[in-house]
Amino acid sequence: MLSIVVCVKAVPEPKAAEDLKIDPVTKAIPRHDIPLEINPLDRNALEAALHFKEQAGASITVISMGPPPAGDIVKECLALGSDEGILLSDPAFAGADALATAYTLAKAIEKLGEVDLVLCGRASSDGATEWVGPELSVFLDFPVVTMVREFIQFNGSSWQVKADIENGYRLVQVELPAIFTVTQDLNSPRTLSFSGIIQSRKKEITTWGLKDLALPANTVGLAGSPTIVSKLEYVESKRECEIIEGSLDEKLDQMIGKLVEAGAV
Amino acid sequence: MGDTKYPVWVIAEQILGEIPPVSLEITGQARILAERLGVEVEAILLGNGIEDQVDLLFSAGADVVHLGSAPEFTNYQCEIFTESIVARARDRNPQIILIGSTFMGRELAPLIAAKLGTGLTAHCIDLVLDDNGVLEQQIPAYGGLMSIVCPEKRPQIATVARGVFPMPNLDEDRSGSVLPVEPPQGIKIRVQTLEVVHTEPEGVPLETAPIVVAGGAGAGSLEGWLEIQELADTLKAAFGSTRPAVDEGWTDLETMIGQSGKMVNPDLYIGVGLSGEQQHMVGITGAKVMIAINNDPKAPVFEQVDYGIVEDCRIFIPALVERIMKLKSHAGRTAHVV
Ligand SMILES: Cc1cc2nc3c(=O)[nH]c(=O)nc-3n(C[C@H](O)[C@H](O)[C@H](O)COP(=O)(O)OP(=O)(O)OC[C@H]3O[C@@H](n4cnc5c(N)ncnc54)[C@H](O)[C@@H]3O)c2cc1C
Ligand SMILES: Nc1ncnc2c1ncn2[C@@H]1O[C@H](COP(=O)(O)O)[C@@H](O)[C@H]1O
Repeated sequence: MLSIVVCVKAVPEPKAAEDLKIDPVTKAIPRHDIPLEINPLDRNALEAALHFKEQAGASITVISMGPPPAGDIVKECLALGSDEGILLSDPAFAGADALATAYTLAKAIEKLGEVDLVLCGRASSDGATEWVGPELSVFLDFPVVTMVREFIQFNGSSWQVKADIENGYRLVQVELPAIFTVTQDLNSPRTLSFSGIIQSRKKEITTWGLKDLALPANTVGLAGSPTIVSKLEYVESKRECEIIEGSLDEKLDQMIGKLVEAGAV
Repeated sequence: MGDTKYPVWVIAEQILGEIPPVSLEITGQARILAERLGVEVEAILLGNGIEDQVDLLFSAGADVVHLGSAPEFTNYQCEIFTESIVARARDRNPQIILIGSTFMGRELAPLIAAKLGTGLTAHCIDLVLDDNGVLEQQIPAYGGLMSIVCPEKRPQIATVARGVFPMPNLDEDRSGSVLPVEPPQGIKIRVQTLEVVHTEPEGVPLETAPIVVAGGAGAGSLEGWLEIQELADTLKAAFGSTRPAVDEGWTDLETMIGQSGKMVNPDLYIGVGLSGEQQHMVGITGAKVMIAINNDPKAPVFEQVDYGIVEDCRIFIPALVERIMKLKSHAGRTAHVV
């Protein structure tokens, strides 16, 4: 039976993310309690895991590193059908860049014992680096394929996948254990079902901190991150906008005028 | 200032034996950084039978090209490429490595960074040196511009999309030295690219199009989306998108404009039903004329374009397409008469 780990990130809901803006006057970033959701592409990763479980049997462990409220995201993954949920949460983990995030996730995955498959989203919606999957592969010494859009052959220990490239795809053969990062073309993630919610009520999530992973504090969080933010500046727009007023017809006339001016028609 | 010994590196790429523009653009930027630091630019290029491409890297600004030309390097192979680049980087100790945000670069960059135990910044929109010669890697964030630095670890690694930096003037008189890279021996191969399939891109290419029509979440549905696409077709424009449109499945990632998508430089940009979030807008800063259509007069996009139209796109766009069609058929008739 496959042992699958799905890495899931709790990200700000898109509407809430819009509020996270520098104040042009105070230069501060407003931070209130931001509602979190499952990173959209991680739903595709979880869906793939659930598919393998339904096809051939698998155990699915979801891991998320984040602040305590990210635990709700892990619980939601249990309700969607994963078997175990682990939240990596510790003040020492805060401020991690991609490298420190990947390192911490790797140590947690090692603690789980034998793992056949690690699935990540292609990118997170708030960080969007696309780094965590590949960096994880270095720390776990697993092979990695990024941007997987289709699992072609997924029996035994040698799998074949289709992965995106510019204007096309590549067909890749991989030895398990392996890491895949997945795109939204892979599948259509399921939504929560009532029975899923009921069944998962009995399940508990596990929280691991720095001590549980037995890691030195300088390898995680901000202290373990090679990159830091050095500056955050407000930028003024360089354009003056003229709002085109009038009735719909007048606006259309003016728009056509602009198109003609620009040589577009 | 800074480190006057170690080179600035560029991971060059070849697609079907040709170096793509982004590799030359980042070589040009590497040249600018290297001259300020007083060091050399080194490029690494892996492929098969690609010796003829080396001069292009010299003319774009490289002083040294590490060239791997062997059947093993024909296609991008994750482990072989990572191993070759990391081994040579350990040898030469570059202080900076620039990598194109191509599909290959996006996979290679984190592998190289993690193996070298260093930091990495994704999808930079500018790279400048501070007074100490440390690389400020700039990205849009929180409605502003964020600088990320990697103060202690070296190399400092950044990925950059095509079009962020201009194509350098190619100086054909420049030359340099070539250092061969042999395929690595005895490494575990667990990932193998069996086949690479290139498809002809559809429609007008975004990166070079004179007119770009981009649509966003405001399209509301696939139907609304197709109306915006029709406007693009009518204007023979390239078609762009924002991330929510990609997430909705209305279009492919390949059409996404912005920080983690494509950079465009059209004469005319028309943004429809998009809010003007900075991560999208940084992809179009080079446009000459910009027009936005949004039904919310307070949408931030109206602070960032030249002309704004407050209208529901579901009404305005089909009406606009109809007008353009009329105009065209009218022009066609006149031409016919003459
Ligand atoms: C690290 C990072 C990288 C990112 N990279 C990119 C990137 O490369 N490219 C990118 O695009 N995004 C990127 N994003 C996402 C980006 O921040 C925004 O979320 C996104 O650009 C918003 O897209 P939108 O304007 O279509 O949607 P929204 O912000 O939801 O805006 C929709 C707009 O449509 C208007 N509207 C609604 N209905 C109508 C109607 N009927 N007619 C007219 N207007 C209407 C609304 O008023 C609103 O202004 C990135 C985000 C992060 C954190
Ligand atoms: N804090 C985190 N906890 C769990 N998984 C994560 C975390 N950050 C990133 N990931 C995984 O890595 C993928 C890519 O994220 P990123 O590198 O931030 O674009 C995500 O889709 C997740 O699968």
